[in-house]
Amino acid sequence: MHIVICIKQVPDSAQIRVHPVTNTIMRQGVPTIINPYDLFALEEALRLRDAYGGEVTVLTMGPPMAEDALRKALGYGADRAVLLTDRYFAGSDTLATSFALSQAIAKVGETFGTPDIVFTGKQTIDGDTAQVGPGIAKRLDLLQLTYVAKIASVDLDAREIKVERRSEGGTQMLKSRLPCLITMLEGTNEIRRGSLKDALCAARTRVLKWSAADAGIEDLTKCGLRGSPTVVKRVFAPTARAEKAVQIDTAEKILRDIADELIAAIFTRQPALEHELAFNGGA
Amino acid sequence: MSTANRETPRPAAGRAGIKKELPERFKDYRHVWVFIELERGQVHPVSFELLGEGRKLADKLQVQLAGVVLGPPGEAIGSAVAEAFAYGADLVYIVEAPLLADYRNEPFTKAMTDLVDTHKPEILLLGATTLGRDLAGSVATTLQTGLTADCTELDVDTDGSLAATRPTFGGSLLCTIYTLNYRPQMATVRPRVMPMPQRADKPVGRVIRQKLSAAEDEIVTKVLGFLPDNQSAKANLAYADVVVAGGLGLGAAENLQLVKNLARAIGAEHGCSRPLVQKGWMPADRQIGQTGKTIRPKLYIAAGISGAIQHRVGVEGADLIVAINTDPNAPIFDFAHLGIVTDAIRFLPALTEAFTRRLSPHSRDKLAS
Ligand SMILES: Cc1cc2nc3c(=O)[nH]c(=O)nc-3n(C[C@H](O)[C@H](O)[C@H](O)COP(=O)(O)OP(=O)(O)OC[C@H]3O[C@@H](n4cnc5c(N)ncnc54)[C@H](O)[C@@H]3O)c2cc1C
Repeated sequence: MHIVICIKQVPDSAQIRVHPVTNTIMRQGVPTIINPYDLFALEEALRLRDAYGGEVTVLTMGPPMAEDALRKALGYGADRAVLLTDRYFAGSDTLATSFALSQAIAKVGETFGTPDIVFTGKQTIDGDTAQVGPGIAKRLDLLQLTYVAKIASVDLDAREIKVERRSEGGTQMLKSRLPCLITMLEGTNEIRRGSLKDALCAARTRVLKWSAADAGIEDLTKCGLRGSPTVVKRVFAPTARAEKAVQIDTAEKILRDIADELIAAIFTRQPALEHELAFNGGA
Repeated sequence: MSTANRETPRPAAGRAGIKKELPERFKDYRHVWVFIELERGQVHPVSFELLGEGRKLADKLQVQLAGVVLGPPGEAIGSAVAEAFAYGADLVYIVEAPLLADYRNEPFTKAMTDLVDTHKPEILLLGATTLGRDLAGSVATTLQTGLTADCTELDVDTDGSLAATRPTFGGSLLCTIYTLNYRPQMATVRPRVMPMPQRADKPVGRVIRQKLSAAEDEIVTKVLGFLPDNQSAKANLAYADVVVAGGLGLGAAENLQLVKNLARAIGAEHGCSRPLVQKGWMPADRQIGQTGKTIRPKLYIAAGISGAIQHRVGVEGADLIVAINTDPNAPIFDFAHLGIVTDAIRFLPALTEAFTRRLSPHSRDKLAS
């Protein structure tokens, strides 16, 4: 079985700082990581490969430095890595990103065998849109299974797959066909520690670097800024609330009194709540 | 190179892509549509929140507000349509077909894109639920139009364009995004970000039905079953009136019991900050914040939570925020209304006890009457 997984190199947004005056992102020295949600998809891809045989190709679109993310993925045990990098992709929104990635996946398919499954993470932690997966599926005409919590079974002969998919208020059991695109939910598995063998293999594996032309992309108007229907017009910092919390002083008082004081303060501000809480609680 | 980089500020003027030059074929796209999410007979409340927001946009643009209901034949559609009118829709488009019984991407995408192609809305809004996001991505790609995810604010610009504002870089910045030269302009909005509008008893509006040009045997994906969340374990954080949450300051998994005890005493839901989910102390559906749930309770009590921006964006809509934290300089005190600088592990039991004391005579009165 051939599995393609799309990952993204993202800034570790926990460490991002905003310039207090210019409101711009200070990227200097911010470390990059593989989008954490993608790791669940990568692990699932590796598990399927280990169970059914075949190969895992990991693909990313990004600047040349995104090679680091691919190297990491190879270290976890992926068999092949493709970096789609070209200045034509700069400024891509989700529609343009899914276009470029879908073209590259098609090219990977031509070169190394049609994928049975394409994986992505649930969403990225920087863009947060959850749109690229569905975009790729639509463009490649793959069946789309999003928010998958578990792959229950794969039948390669019958070309059939059964998954558990998270939806509002419950879990759907779905049966679908291969090839398909799966976006994997977080917390479903835990990424393995790459073995020494994987590390050695990774060191020997060359990351393929593809330009738009290498990926067979002819229509450059669908890429980058030009191919992006959405336009970012304004970036600004959220307004801070002027007042600070009223802090109830805890010195020299017993906790019981502080608790009473806090509750009194809550009900002074929200009188209607008292009746509601009495009704709900007290169980 | 993809979404992250493009969100970096850049000058608005002088960019070809930023000028509005709406192609001729889009000029007759008009009206605001809200997808009324119907799953297993239930309308998701986010749809009503969106109708409230959609009403404002439609009024500004002086166009009509329409709901879109996709579902199987039966009573559920009728009541969804009635609710859509009650929450402000002028008209409702209905696609009624057995193959829309359970959500599946293929028939829903087909139904929605057919409707758009026929009736040409200028704005299409969906809830950023699992269903809404799954559907929105496919519909936007099929229609080759722009889609802005997880918006926190929607407005109409002076030239009539939809201005969709969303958090970026983990909530530390906001950005306003436009879809200038394509239609419809699509956006998703998370549950509980927009306030619930007033329900009015409005006379029934216009209904337009459309057939679905697809048959069950053309749909590959089949639903084998549905497992509802176990009632007791199910978190309904987004719609809870009172939420008590614990953070890393609680120090150990067993101390979460203190949060649960307080929640039980006042009939609240309990939640947590992200590190607790990462440590496996609480399930992911209890996480509050940017990558968790957005909440809008009347009262939010945060114990041992620092108030990082990613947590803040999920709780800012609360009417009253109470923080318990040992550090008087913790960022949470910048947006909480009431703060207690003390050890939550010692204070939570005292608070639970005090609430029980204060509330119990009332509950006894209730029982007696
Ligand atoms: C992409 C991304 C997405 C994220 N999404 C979310 C999200 O959705 N939700 C979320 O919550 N976080 C999210 N985070 C994480 C966020 O940045 C913070 O790391 C997190 O909110 C911190 O959790 P915390 O406040 O519980 O822990 P800490 O930051 O460790 O704070 C603990 C607090 O407890 C206080 N404390 C310590 N001991 C006690 C005591 N005995 N009694 C009372 N107080 C005490 C401390 O003073 C401190 O303020 C995200 C991060 C990233 C990078």
